[in-house]
Amino acid sequence: MSDADLLFKALADRGRRKLMDRLHANDGQTLGQLCRHLDMTRQGVTQHLAVLEAANLVVVTWRGREKLHFLNPVPLQEIYDRWIRKFERPRLAALRDLKRRLEGDPKG
Amino acid sequence: MNAGNRSSFVYVIFIRTTPEALWQALTEPEFTRKYWFGVSVESGWEKGSAWKLAYPDGRVTDTGEILEIDPPRRMVIRWQHEWMPELKAEGPARCTIELEPVGRAVKLTITHEIDRPDSGLIKAVSGGWPRILSNLKSLLETGEITLPDK
Repeated sequence: MSDADLLFKALADRGRRKLMDRLHANDGQTLGQLCRHLDMTRQGVTQHLAVLEAANLVVVTWRGREKLHFLNPVPLQEIYDRWIRKFERPRLAALRDLKRRLEGDPKG
Repeated sequence: MNAGNRSSFVYVIFIRTTPEALWQALTEPEFTRKYWFGVSVESGWEKGSAWKLAYPDGRVTDTGEILEIDPPRRMVIRWQHEWMPELKAEGPARCTIELEPVGRAVKLTITHEIDRPDSGLIKAVSGGWPRILSNLKSLLETGEITLPDK
């Protein structure tokens, strides 16, 4: 599977998106802390975290004996750059032209 | 951002390049300006060297010192914000940059942390890094940033 396939597969699950929301609200949590606020078995959370890790959406670091999970938004930025930003360009260009016209500077 | 008495984030990106090329991209001002919102990252790049982020208009927004350096594998920067008073008042943070070859790519890990809870600095810095890293990846893999801001 390509990186993009892993990424979209990881995002295509409500439970995993919820896990990402939990990490966004409170980053750097242990498995135990994550399980506390979720309606999922510990095993289920472990499996979802493995999929998120494979997609590089979650990064694990060790602090002493604690395994902490961090949300990694970098692949989401890549989705934005690849799939969203180009559709915003015409709108941004239109706003820029409008600003130039209103401010009376033909060159900007 | 996270529990306990510190705030931190960990960002990872895989870039198809060599550790040497990536290290160069992280340490040469002419290079950093291309993917880091025009910012020059300046330092002597030795342990104890001063370090700073300078914008094209001359503003120096962040200063610090190289605490550890092991090219092309790892560096730790004492990172003191200087521009916004409330963030400056939080005192120094640490930024650790690690490069690890994985197959034909390099895994770049950025860890940014400060010894205080709910840090505004960490929140502010965390917003900028994904954009910078995504641009850096495009620049190294394709020779240009995905979409210039013009």
